[in-house]
Amino acid sequence: MVATPETIEQLRSVTDEKYKYGFVTDIEADVAPKGLNEDIVRFISAKKSEPDWLLEWRLKAYRAWLDMDSPDWAKLKIDPIDYQDAYYYSAPKIKDGPKSLDEVDPKLLETYDKLGIPLKEQEWLAGVAVDAVFDSVSVATTYKERLEQEGIIFCSISEAIQNHPELVRKYLGSVVPYTDNFFATLNSAVFTDGSFVYIPKGVRSPMELSTYFRINAQNTGQFERTLIIADEGSYVSYLEGCTAPQRDENQLHAAVVELVALDDSEIKYSTVKNWYPGDENGVGGIYNFVTKRAACRGRNSKVSWTQVETGSAITWKYPSCILQGDNSVGEFYSVAITNNCQQADTGTKMIHLGRNTRSTIISKGISAGRADNTYRGLVRIQPKAESARNYTQCDSLLIGDRCGAHTVPYIESRNPSATVEHEATTARISEDQLFYCCQRGLSEEEAVSLIVNGFCREVMQHLPMEFAVEAQKLVGISLEGSVG
Amino acid sequence: MALLEIRNLHATVDGKPILKGIDLSIGKGEVHAIMGPNGAGKSTLSYVIAGREGYEVTDGRILFDGEDLLELEPDERACAGLFLAFQYPVEIPGVTNTTFLKTALNAQRKGRGEGELDAMQFLKFVREKAKPLGIGDDMLKRAVNVGFSGGEKKRNEVLQMAVLEPKLAVLDETDSGLDIDALKIVADGVNAMRRPDNATLVITHYQRLLDHIVPDRVHVLADGRIIKSGGKELALDLEAKGYAQFGGAAAA
Repeated sequence: MVATPETIEQLRSVTDEKYKYGFVTDIEADVAPKGLNEDIVRFISAKKSEPDWLLEWRLKAYRAWLDMDSPDWAKLKIDPIDYQDAYYYSAPKIKDGPKSLDEVDPKLLETYDKLGIPLKEQEWLAGVAVDAVFDSVSVATTYKERLEQEGIIFCSISEAIQNHPELVRKYLGSVVPYTDNFFATLNSAVFTDGSFVYIPKGVRSPMELSTYFRINAQNTGQFERTLIIADEGSYVSYLEGCTAPQRDENQLHAAVVELVALDDSEIKYSTVKNWYPGDENGVGGIYNFVTKRAACRGRNSKVSWTQVETGSAITWKYPSCILQGDNSVGEFYSVAITNNCQQADTGTKMIHLGRNTRSTIISKGISAGRADNTYRGLVRIQPKAESARNYTQCDSLLIGDRCGAHTVPYIESRNPSATVEHEATTARISEDQLFYCCQRGLSEEEAVSLIVNGFCREVMQHLPMEFAVEAQKLVGISLEGSVG
Repeated sequence: MALLEIRNLHATVDGKPILKGIDLSIGKGEVHAIMGPNGAGKSTLSYVIAGREGYEVTDGRILFDGEDLLELEPDERACAGLFLAFQYPVEIPGVTNTTFLKTALNAQRKGRGEGELDAMQFLKFVREKAKPLGIGDDMLKRAVNVGFSGGEKKRNEVLQMAVLEPKLAVLDETDSGLDIDALKIVADGVNAMRRPDNATLVITHYQRLLDHIVPDRVHVLADGRIIKSGGKELALDLEAKGYAQFGGAAAA
């Protein structure tokens, strides 16, 4: 696809400054009372006019959640979260929903403009369709018509529940069950919106599908739910990116993403995350507890996760692949950058069930300041996964002497014909490299950005072009002040 | 006015005096050579000029085109037109030569208030500079110095110099580790850049590079001081008699 100069320029303006998204749009939120109980779950479901089966599913999740504990196995320091001290529903006030961009609250559009999200004509040139999530409810979806011609469904999950209940009912929770884990279960009970994608048999999506997320109302945890289904022989590339306004209180974000890939289909899921990381002392950053999982159900199916994580005070995230179909392929390419007091515990799980299944894991962790960065991964080869193969490479880069990098790989092979490789390195940015770059005219920060981008290149090259431009800028920005 | 004016320069590394009163003046259009035994302070001089951390100037001044060089950060010195060809060029994994050169050139152009070159303009420009050095597209696409042979690394330094077009290039032992063919390519590259308004300072242990890059002045550095200066014949004299006459270590 073509990245127009305007798009790149916009991305540049998005990413040029330290953290300029510290503004709050003043839109009267339609909030539920603070706290969490069955009534709140019913309130959310009623607000969204959901069918009974979904309400029941939410309630089952909520009841399961009550008996669960927050996981403590990650290498993260988390202050106890008071789940009763948060709002679980907040939506911008819109009468009957907008039918086109003209009907969208101008203030919202202004917010998107500040974020540099191109919703209008130039967006079409860049070939991106945007399902923008403002707070919890999708307010605008563009280029639907073009996608509809191909039979592609790309809409908010709320719309999908209304318009395509059979698909939602069939696949929702089929990859991440409502009992999966503390955060996913919470999400199942109270998710408010997210994206839904269905690519019909044999269709290649003619454009990259993109969602921008943005947390807005104070104290509103965000519980996105994304479901992507690639039917037989189809292909889709999906982009997820976000920024969040500056806050003093920690904000909880517990999303669930489920991907289903049927025979001969491929899903490419790219994420650039720029949640507010907190100030230099870690105050006010986003808590990001995400469950992302893909089921490669079909033969020869393929799922590729690419993520660039620069934000959040705490990141707890393990995009995973269940390689069920014979010859299915799972890939995980990750860059995680932590600076100041940020903590990240991230990695992947590759579960090999089918024969000749293959997985590749490339993880690049960068730590600066007082940050801690952990790669935690599981490669499991089940007895029936004849000739399964995995290759894992975990590289860590340290900047300064107060940060930490940790690699925790779990490898379980129950099939003797499997091949599992694991490589890990840890390095520092050398003074020689910095001086060499500075002697050629780069400032120290430019030098760090260049060196780190080089370190991440194997991952960055898997991002779609315009996303890569943004990501490279973000790498530089997120490491500002880390040397000197 | 000289392009580079060094006066009574004293410098220490880890508190240990290395340079003990250097005076050196290089005019525009000139090529100077500094020769000397191992440990004389040759590389230290190049690092002090470039502003490397850990090389502390304790006395004296360096004027570059009339400007106080010691006031500037390393990148500001580069933008002012100072280039150091490294004795041991540094590897930067994952960063292609093209990206590195473009980033450096645009950083310098920005620093000088000039417009940045876009990708197409730059590619055309860099290919022109690379061709005479025998550097093809494949080498431009490789990561900076990663897996390069000794000769490729030095040619790459000369390429960077050709792209950045400095006012003063300091070549620190650029001849070390080069066979005679590579030496000739490097020397030709340096000679091709000679102009009336720029200058070159060649730091070397051996005279053989000076057969190809002919200096206007030769200086002998020993124990942190310039103890003798002369014309290009001084280099031949050194080659014949060695450094022992100056009390330094013999050439290894």
